[in-house]
Amino acid sequence: MNAPDRKAALQGMGDSRLRKEDARFIQGKGNYVDDIKLPGMLHMDIVRSPLAHARIKKINKEKALAIPGVIAVLTADDLKPLKLHWMPTLAGDVAAVLADEKVHFQMQEVAVVIAEDRYIAADGVEAVEVEYEELPVVIDPIKALEKDAPVLREDLAGKTEGAHGKRYHHNHIFTWDAGDKEATDAAFKNAPVTVSEKLLYPRVHPCPLETCGTVASFDPIRGELTTYITSQAPHIVRTVVSMLSGIPESKVRIVSPDIGGGFGNKVGIYPGYVCAIVSSIVLGRPVKWIEDRIENLSSTAFARDYHMTGELAATAEGKILGLRAHVIADHGAFDACADPTKFPAGLFHICSGSYDILAAHCTVEGVYTNKAPGGVAYRCSFRVTEAVYLIERMVDVLAQKLNMDKAEIRKKNFIRKEQFPYTSAFGFEYDSGDYDTALDKVLNAVDYKGLRAEQATKRADPNCPTLMGIGLVTFTEVVGAGPSKICDILGVGMFDSCEIRVHPTGSAIARMGTITQGQGHQTTYAQIIATELGIPSEVIQVEEGDTSTAPYGLGTYGSRSTPVAGAAIAMAARKIHAKAKKLAAHLLEVGENDLEWEIDRFKVKGNAEKFKTMTEIAWAAYNKPPAGMEPGLEAVHYYDPPNFTFPFGAYLCVVDIDKGTGETKIRRFYALDDCGTRINPMIIEGQIHGGLTEGFAVAMGQLLSFDAQGNIQGNSLMDYFLPTSVETPHWETDFTVTPSPHHPIGAKGVAESPHVGSIPTFTSAMVDAFAHLGVTHLEMPHTAFKIWKELKAHGLTH
Amino acid sequence: MSKKIISMNVNGKKVEEAVESRTLLVHFLREKMNLTGAHIGCETSHCGACTVDIDGESVKSCTCFAVQCEGSEVITVEGLAQGGVLHAVQEGFYKEHGLQCGFCTPGMLTRAYRFLHDNPNPTEEEIRVGMSGNLCRCTGYQNIVKAVQYAANKLREDAKNPVAA
Repeated sequence: MNAPDRKAALQGMGDSRLRKEDARFIQGKGNYVDDIKLPGMLHMDIVRSPLAHARIKKINKEKALAIPGVIAVLTADDLKPLKLHWMPTLAGDVAAVLADEKVHFQMQEVAVVIAEDRYIAADGVEAVEVEYEELPVVIDPIKALEKDAPVLREDLAGKTEGAHGKRYHHNHIFTWDAGDKEATDAAFKNAPVTVSEKLLYPRVHPCPLETCGTVASFDPIRGELTTYITSQAPHIVRTVVSMLSGIPESKVRIVSPDIGGGFGNKVGIYPGYVCAIVSSIVLGRPVKWIEDRIENLSSTAFARDYHMTGELAATAEGKILGLRAHVIADHGAFDACADPTKFPAGLFHICSGSYDILAAHCTVEGVYTNKAPGGVAYRCSFRVTEAVYLIERMVDVLAQKLNMDKAEIRKKNFIRKEQFPYTSAFGFEYDSGDYDTALDKVLNAVDYKGLRAEQATKRADPNCPTLMGIGLVTFTEVVGAGPSKICDILGVGMFDSCEIRVHPTGSAIARMGTITQGQGHQTTYAQIIATELGIPSEVIQVEEGDTSTAPYGLGTYGSRSTPVAGAAIAMAARKIHAKAKKLAAHLLEVGENDLEWEIDRFKVKGNAEKFKTMTEIAWAAYNKPPAGMEPGLEAVHYYDPPNFTFPFGAYLCVVDIDKGTGETKIRRFYALDDCGTRINPMIIEGQIHGGLTEGFAVAMGQLLSFDAQGNIQGNSLMDYFLPTSVETPHWETDFTVTPSPHHPIGAKGVAESPHVGSIPTFTSAMVDAFAHLGVTHLEMPHTAFKIWKELKAHGLTH
Repeated sequence: MSKKIISMNVNGKKVEEAVESRTLLVHFLREKMNLTGAHIGCETSHCGACTVDIDGESVKSCTCFAVQCEGSEVITVEGLAQGGVLHAVQEGFYKEHGLQCGFCTPGMLTRAYRFLHDNPNPTEEEIRVGMSGNLCRCTGYQNIVKAVQYAANKLREDAKNPVAA
């Protein structure tokens, strides 16, 4: 085979290789948690609170226990002797495993029923009687901070110091700030122009199609616990389970099998998991718990609920001089955000975006309310979605105030290509970017001038049946958490890992600390190794998710797999490559300096006929290594990233709003992403389609709302908006490639960009449709009814 | 709870089992028949992950009792491939990257199988409407549409050329 054919045969980086994982999924042979069936397995179901805030007066288990097939009913009182009725959260708080004397949100876990099958367990749940005494409910985080607001967390009474500093109120969790307050105040004081806008990022839920669940199996003879679990971070689960249960980490095996979508919903450790594990330990039999959809939407990690105020200071010509952001963050009843320990508001301080802003300051105040805990989930690491929404909205607001074009004001304020690496006012060091090129490419592709001309014509025509809006966003993301000097979870640094073994006949296996939930790791990771080592992707097995076999890693969320684990793969492969070179030199009887690498082989420089392929080298590694060299061909690498990566993009959306009904048609959505080096373009495009669709859902319809009594409204798919193929727009994708200079293969990560970037683009378009009427902001979700009310307020409809 | 003997044909095989009247078809298939392809995503007939084919119609097996299927012909995703050869819809989803996490896929495939049987030459809009009872959280549907188009073309080609098929 000639060189190009050999290269193609590897299906390495850049190849739109079809997915290795598909064969099992298209034939119904996936292995999700609910597919696991163990001998003697029991089923667990959960008794949940109908009230959002109430004291538990009495729990009567008798009727439930009388049902044939019900094995046990556990409450907080049963967990107390084990000290497991409360558990630590990832954010330095504690959360009730089962409600201890008091419930803090509707659908909170109060008791569990373990039974012979899932139907009997459900019967048992119906039969458990709980007497409550209602308490006043706080749903609004701003009201929660009022002086005489009800005390939600009695367990924290008198604690003025939280995990993240001083608490100034009984419902206050933390106040965190970043940037330079004085410099920012000075910039605002002297600025010719300032703008301010209140922006609510409402509470939504990631709602992966598979709910959360577990099968816990404790072997009382061996003292070993095996737990199959829907987790995006199985190794951290193992560490936490070991800490909670006292079982040595070496006897705890956590397995994340196939996962039916995660989107951040499956990072946390939920009471259901803990109760199933405890039940299995107590009963000595495997226990399965599978959540239903209503439980999933009501009690597991929500996203957002950020009540933000954004302010910009600028010159009259639109050069931004300062940014100020203030947030009241509703964290629900327990602070259970899965942020790096030092960042209680995640990476919200990316909120200076793609713009060269010299002075910036942000403050985030975390607050308790009678809602479910959680807080960073939904295809976004660590509050980046909120940050991007804030800056992109505010740049639009400033443009409107100055009567400037949205594209023009962005170009005026972009960090220039030659400024990278660029240190932002908040201290992030942006690795690389070329924002002007990306924006120009989009503007040309859609004929931006033509669209603006069409809009002007339509605005001038009172008989035009639609309002046309053009949304534009130029976002910068921060992903790849993260450098362990600043990023840890429960004290464990946020590195990731890879172990590669090349077998004697030249095929290989690689194991990682991450876990795919649809991203296609089994396909793309193999491609990195194929390019690095010249072994065809087809014969590289990729395994993740089993803590007994995979090296320790922090898991998959926040687009960290490629930036962190992807780097670990390249580095592990390079260790093997270095050993292979020594073997090749030995086999060819030349010095290492006489060799050059070509696709899948080392060849002697200047003599194309003398070479050793990786397959030949692998055999030699097990068969006749040179004197003094260990046999075998394998390597492990734990990669601690030196920095985050900073993917970016330019998105444009055109909407047509029906003046009669308020219904919105997404005429066009053009998404240009730059995720650095592209490993598998087909998979990247698929991820972008999915992220855009989730963004569309958030912007146009999703909302977890509550009434004044704390009743969650819309917690089934009857009400919670998941777009079907009919509503979902057609997506146009594009790209530029600006590799990350600090990443071994230059890749930055892609999955969350389309979610983060598209949401403000939709709002930008919706507001733009009304901008000529003086509207500067519209709150999500942009449902037809809300838009119809807006039309009516402007006399555009009857 | 008392049980009732039911018999039905699942993927071409006659099965006879004792079930409680309240047993849902999806649990019967997954737990009794060990056919775990059909998944449960919502329990309210919205997501379609549990879609199977019953007597020539797409049915959401999470809201259908097993006893209602007495005497029925049931096809699940496990019954689509024949003689070790993938069905055109399976091939289409693979070739056009019509799946990511795979959880919705069995329902999508059984729905596409019936949809293309009923409408062998659909427009994109007809595909989008025809598949709208099945939710996907990963793909944004664009590649699912392409996958169904791929399968439609393949099925039409196969029909023209039955020997090769």
